[in-house]
Amino acid sequence: MIDLENLTIKKARKALDEKVFSAVDLARAYLVEIEKKNTELNAYLEVYDDVLEQARQADERIAKGESYPLLGIPLAVKDVILIKGRKVSAASKILENYTASYNATVIDKLKKQGAVFLGRTNTDEFALGSSTENSAYGATKNPHDYLRVAGGTSGGSAAAVASLMALGALGSDTGGSVRLPAAFCGIVGFKPTYGRVSRHGLIAAASSLDCIGPIAKTVEDAQIIFDAIYGHDVLDSTSITDTTYSKPPLKKIIGVPWDLINQEGIDPEIKENFKKTVKSFENLGFKIKDIKLPNCIALYYIINFAEVSTNLARFDGMRYGLHKDGSNLLQDYFLTKGSGFGKESRRRILLGTYVLSAGYYDAYYGKAQKARVALRKEFRELFSEVDLVLTPTSPIPAWKIGEKSDPLSVYLADIFTVTANIVGVPGISIPSGFVQIGDKKLPLGIQFMASHGGEDLLFKIGQEFESIKDGP
Amino acid sequence: MNIKDVENLAQLARIELGEEEKKDILSDMESILGYIKQIEEVKIENIKPDYNLRNVWREDKEEVCEFSSELITGQFPDAQDGFLKVKKIL
Repeated sequence: MIDLENLTIKKARKALDEKVFSAVDLARAYLVEIEKKNTELNAYLEVYDDVLEQARQADERIAKGESYPLLGIPLAVKDVILIKGRKVSAASKILENYTASYNATVIDKLKKQGAVFLGRTNTDEFALGSSTENSAYGATKNPHDYLRVAGGTSGGSAAAVASLMALGALGSDTGGSVRLPAAFCGIVGFKPTYGRVSRHGLIAAASSLDCIGPIAKTVEDAQIIFDAIYGHDVLDSTSITDTTYSKPPLKKIIGVPWDLINQEGIDPEIKENFKKTVKSFENLGFKIKDIKLPNCIALYYIINFAEVSTNLARFDGMRYGLHKDGSNLLQDYFLTKGSGFGKESRRRILLGTYVLSAGYYDAYYGKAQKARVALRKEFRELFSEVDLVLTPTSPIPAWKIGEKSDPLSVYLADIFTVTANIVGVPGISIPSGFVQIGDKKLPLGIQFMASHGGEDLLFKIGQEFESIKDGP
Repeated sequence: MNIKDVENLAQLARIELGEEEKKDILSDMESILGYIKQIEEVKIENIKPDYNLRNVWREDKEEVCEFSSELITGQFPDAQDGFLKVKKIL
């Protein structure tokens, strides 16, 4: 029996190279867990039927003496990332039977290393949401409390890793979609600098915000996956290189936006947990500086709606995906989009159409673009004073499935995470403890942001935090 | 906003909506637009929108692509002689 509970990518690599167990043994152990738990949790939308064959090929490469950090490591992939010849649906009815005709760049990179893909994981439809409740295939449940959401939008990936149904996973993060579910499920979620990881082959939600990022049990594991997938790609015109951003000198100062954290609407237990966390960094010798950060929810959602409505316009039932036949071409469009898109997608398409329409464009989208430029400038100045910005990942712990019927109240859960996407800086969510609610312990997370290109610093501080949290 | 506005947006976006849903969406949109309206109060001094636009070129040379044309054409909802078939536009 492989001890999956305490297994990390790092440990699995060692065991595979030393032939303690084979990639097939490891894949089989995960398939057993999936078989036991997935019907209830709904983390995977599809478990691939060739997992053991992939693992066997990895074993062959290991036998030949090859070794890559992810060779033979079983990973889950969010259902918005294309793997050639496999279904990818963005958890939408409009792409229910769509098969990818090429590999995303991240998939090519993982295949080169010999990672084993277990299956595709649930998400809010087209990665629009914060809880994975907007999936056309049902919500993913939180492994810590089956009555609660796993967070979103990469809820399937987070729940799979947290419930030992995968050793690591890929998610995508448009406004917190890797970090928030990682926090709700008690694991690590990492959002890279905008452009650091190629989006070629990622189904776009909001193109100026989207990033692909790893979800893993430890900071070190997240770094191993990140190291495998990042890099410049000619197929993504927003791709950056190692030298795009220069690194500011370290000051050992962490900025904390106390105004934003101390306001109403932030759960008192989260505030308390956060204050404890801040203290522990003070004990490590960091200086804490009170900084000002604005609430960026309005700004974020205007840009999100606008870009989502533009990106989703391509799903018209003409070339692939769902097609509903009407009496003429226009009717085909209406019927296909009307029945193919779920409620939240339809809502955001209309909101995006609204903020981009003549008469409202300047007031909403134009103003938001200006505010975004101003915020980027503020952040450049901010990171000349502090190395990192620390906040809770979410203002509230995982909520009950179906509890939030008002879409605005769900949007507000993104208050701490959207800023990194607006500005394009990297962020990480790390488990920071638990809150007891009834007989359940729900995980909490903290989030660090660093300046553009500051991934290394996030991994370093993350590992430092893990070591003090787990005790000496 | 009123129902007519929702209908107009749905028309522009080519989405068919049921009568009930129009009402739901109207109420959701009013609450969401009411919230994001606060962007009006953000004070910004003299900043030009910087869309950071620049051309990203790559060499115009032939390269082997991993695209599978069978997978693409095989998913056409309607086809004739290997061509995508759609209803007449005019």
